[in-house]
This record gives sequence, C-alpha cells and structure tokens, in this order.
Amino acid sequence: MPTKKDDVYGDHISHKFNDELMELKTEFLKMGGMVESQVENAIQALMDGDGHLAEDIRAKDKRVDQMEMAIDEEATLIIARRQPTARDLRLVISVIKMVADLERVGDEAKKIAKLAIKLSEEGQAPRGYVEVRHISTHVLTMLHDALDAFARLDSEQALRIMKEDKRVDEEYQAAARTLLTFMMEDTRNISRCMSVMWVLRALERVGDHACNIAENVIFMVKGEDVRHTSVEEAERVVGR
Amino acid sequence: MNSMNQSIANEVPSEDESPVPVAESQPTDTVIEEGKTVGKPFSDNAKFSLRDVEVFYGQSRAIKKISLDIARNQVMAFIGPSGCGKSTFLRCLNRMNDSIDICKVKGSLQLDGQDIYDSKRDVVELRARVGMVFQKPNPFPKSIYDNVAYGPRIHGLANRKADLDEIVESSLRKAGLWEEVKDRLEATATGMSGGQQQRLCIARAIAVNPEVVLMDEPCSALDPIATAKVEELIAELSESYTIVIVTHSMQQAARVSHRTAYFHLGHLVEVNETNKVFTSPEHELTESYITGRFG
Repeated sequence: MPTKKDDVYGDHISHKFNDELMELKTEFLKMGGMVESQVENAIQALMDGDGHLAEDIRAKDKRVDQMEMAIDEEATLIIARRQPTARDLRLVISVIKMVADLERVGDEAKKIAKLAIKLSEEGQAPRGYVEVRHISTHVLTMLHDALDAFARLDSEQALRIMKEDKRVDEEYQAAARTLLTFMMEDTRNISRCMSVMWVLRALERVGDHACNIAENVIFMVKGEDVRHTSVEEAERVVGR
Repeated sequence: MNSMNQSIANEVPSEDESPVPVAESQPTDTVIEEGKTVGKPFSDNAKFSLRDVEVFYGQSRAIKKISLDIARNQVMAFIGPSGCGKSTFLRCLNRMNDSIDICKVKGSLQLDGQDIYDSKRDVVELRARVGMVFQKPNPFPKSIYDNVAYGPRIHGLANRKADLDEIVESSLRKAGLWEEVKDRLEATATGMSGGQQQRLCIARAIAVNPEVVLMDEPCSALDPIATAKVEELIAELSESYTIVIVTHSMQQAARVSHRTAYFHLGHLVEVNETNKVFTSPEHELTESYITGRFG
C-alpha cells in the first residue's frame, strides 16, 4: 500500500526509525477508521432505533481510548529514542494532537449512541432525523477526507475540509432553527427535540475535530501553523 | 616569540584531525546553485561579514562562494556531513588555514568591518580577538594556573601578580571551573578529567579577553554531563562573546545556537534561526540531513 508520498517518512538511514514512523502512521489511521465506523454506527443505531448496536458502540469506545493511549506512548518513545526533527517531528507532534481529536470524536459517537437508546425507548415518530442524516453524511465525509489527507499528505484536500467546516456550522444553525419550530408547535416535542439537538451538536463537533485534523495535516506538510488564522491565510500557506 | 604566541592562541590541530577534509559520498541528485543560500544568511548586527568566500586546497575547491554574516553576541552553529567544509570555513575566521601551505582563501572576510586577510594585519592580535577551542582538550603540560595565565602573560595583559590572579580566577569562574579547582591551581592540568580539561581550554581561550570564540566540536570527546556543562557555559558566554560552533551533534546545535548554517559539499545551503531549521527547514538537503536521511 505504500504510495510515493510514504517515502517521505521511509528513507532514513535507520530502518528501525522508518518502521517506527510507519507504525505510528498506520496505527493512527487504524484508530481513525475505528472512530469513523463508531460515528457511522451511532447514526445507524439512532435511525433504526437499534438499542443493541448502540450498546455495542458504548463498549467499543473503551478500545478507542486504549488506542489513544497506545499511540501516545509510541509517539513519546519515538521522541525519547530518536529526537525527531523537521517533518518527522511535525508528524509525531501532529499525531499526538490528532489522536486527541479522534478520541473526542469517539466520545461524540458514544454520546449519540446514548441518545439513540434514550430516543428508542421513548419510541415516538422521529423528528429532525432528516437533518441528522444530512449533517452526519457531511461530517463523516469530512472525517474520512481528513484521514485521507493525512494518509496522502494532501494539504489541498485539508484546506477544502477547513472550508467545509463553515458549511457544517451553517447547516447546524439551520437544523437548530427547524427543531425550535417543532418545539414551539407542540411543547410535548421539547424533550425529544432536545435529544435530537444534542445529536446535531455532537455531529457538529465531529466536523470541528475533522477540521482540526485537517489543520494539523497542513502543519505537517507545510510547517506552518494555520490554527486560529483566516481561511485566506491558510490558502496562502497551502498555495506556497 | 612569534611562534610561541601563535601556539598559545591556537593549537596546531592534532594528527588525527586531517587538515584536508575528504568529502564522503552523498546523494547529489539535488542540484545546489553556487553561491545561493536559502533562508537568512545576513544580519544587521554582523560581527563577521563574509562575502563570496572560496577556499582552495591546491587545485580542489573546498569552499564554494559562501556569503554569510555572523551576528554579534550570538551563537552560530555550523552543521553538515563530514567533509562539507564547515571546519575549513571556521578556520578562515582566525586564519588558522595560514599554516597549511596549499590552502588559499579568496573573497572578502571582515571582522568588525576590517579585512581579516589584510597583509598588514597582525595575525597574533587577530587570534587573541578570535580565540579557538578544539575537539580534543589540549591543555599544556603545566599547572592549571599556568594554563590560564599563559596567554595574558604573553599578551602583556597583567603586570602584577595580583592582576594575573584575578584574570585566572575570573576566567575559571566564567568557564564554570573555579569551584572545582580553586584549591589545586598548582596541580598539573593533564591530571584533570576530560570535561574539566575542555572547560580549562575554554577558560584559557577567554583569559585573553577575546571577542569571538570559535569552537570546533568542543564536546565530541566529552561525556553527557561534561557536555551539558560546556553547553551551559556556551549559553552564558554568548551574552558577552560571539560564538561559532562546529558540531556533529544536531541536537547540540538545536540546544545551544541562535542561528544554524547548513553546509553541504562546500556550499552553504541554508542559514536560518535555529528554531526554524529544526522544525521546518527550507531546503530539502537540510531537511534530509537533520532528520537522519544521510550524513
């Protein structure tokens, strides 16, 4: 599977060092895949009112947490053993930060699963699920693309994700307004609508984490920190 | 007398340090344009101003049109693979290459705006201003006191014994050695540990009150604790001296220097703030070297 870009971390004099960096990258992507399917399944559990699936997600979150600790440990050992510099250093530092984002995404999936159980127990006709479906598709694509941008060191794709995040925020605001209308129509809807609102909130956070990962990818590739800067600034860095 | 003076300010390199470096095979698929250095090779506050410097060993050109400023009261690190010219270039700064017959230096090399290679320049005075510390500690086979006092005596910096005592003490203090040796100043210097010997050599270099201290791999023969002490010392000295250090330890360059210059096959490839060089270097070759891809 190694692409040409992978050589970027694979041509040290020390083959062991190559292996360590590759392992770090691979484990990170593995954790990314795991977290992606956690979110996917959480939405599925919500849509289908599937309590079993939701329980399964809550159980699997422990494995996500363990992976976070394992990757952090590996990164720490690489720093201790190799004193990485330049792009190697940026990779290790970024992975440490992005792993925290992935773990948070895992937590959001767990939150959604919990709400899925609550909503399925209440067992009424779903409201706002269209919006949930829509935003979940959007943020899952962002998360997937962010991991893909990491794997391929594609800063342009990372930039696109940063721009997408603005749209997710807008969609979230619009969906919140719709839910508010439902709540005003009939006060008996409030409890359910609030639960759906929390799901939307969790999804919006997933988008934020995908965006953080994208920012780290730009840092890895370009060596410049684009957090807390304007999109124009990020464009300048990527266009360099 | 003249030869004595030269030998105090600077020791002749020992046999195992060949004065004519031989370039090792390195990947050369990246073309380096001659005289082109990326990053920020120049400074507004230059102690040394070096322009289009070339060094020849007979027919072979060891340094290829290098232009660089070394800023006052800063630590500048020279890094690069063996045979890249960093030591050769360092030795130009106080005309250490003069002792090698086949070595010719071209270009403009200025210290505080004055030509280093001016034929009228007093080399002994130059080397008193630009001191040097070598890879292997090389104390004289004399007492600790005499090692430090030797330079000031010869340069006539102290007329009375009390003045000399003071110079010896303050130099040893600056070198972080005073507390360890104050009760045995008359003991022979060769009986000290390697780290102490190296700090003694630094004390000896600063006893003549130089403006610049050149260090050619000063820690490569020292253990980690002695290395840490010397690095600590470099940080303190940089407040009052300009320091240029050649090092094979990239981590050391990262720790002690303000600016880092990367040499490759006689070219000066990149000069930047050290923080920049070790997190996101501009040149591909710099990146390859500091991340351990060749070298």
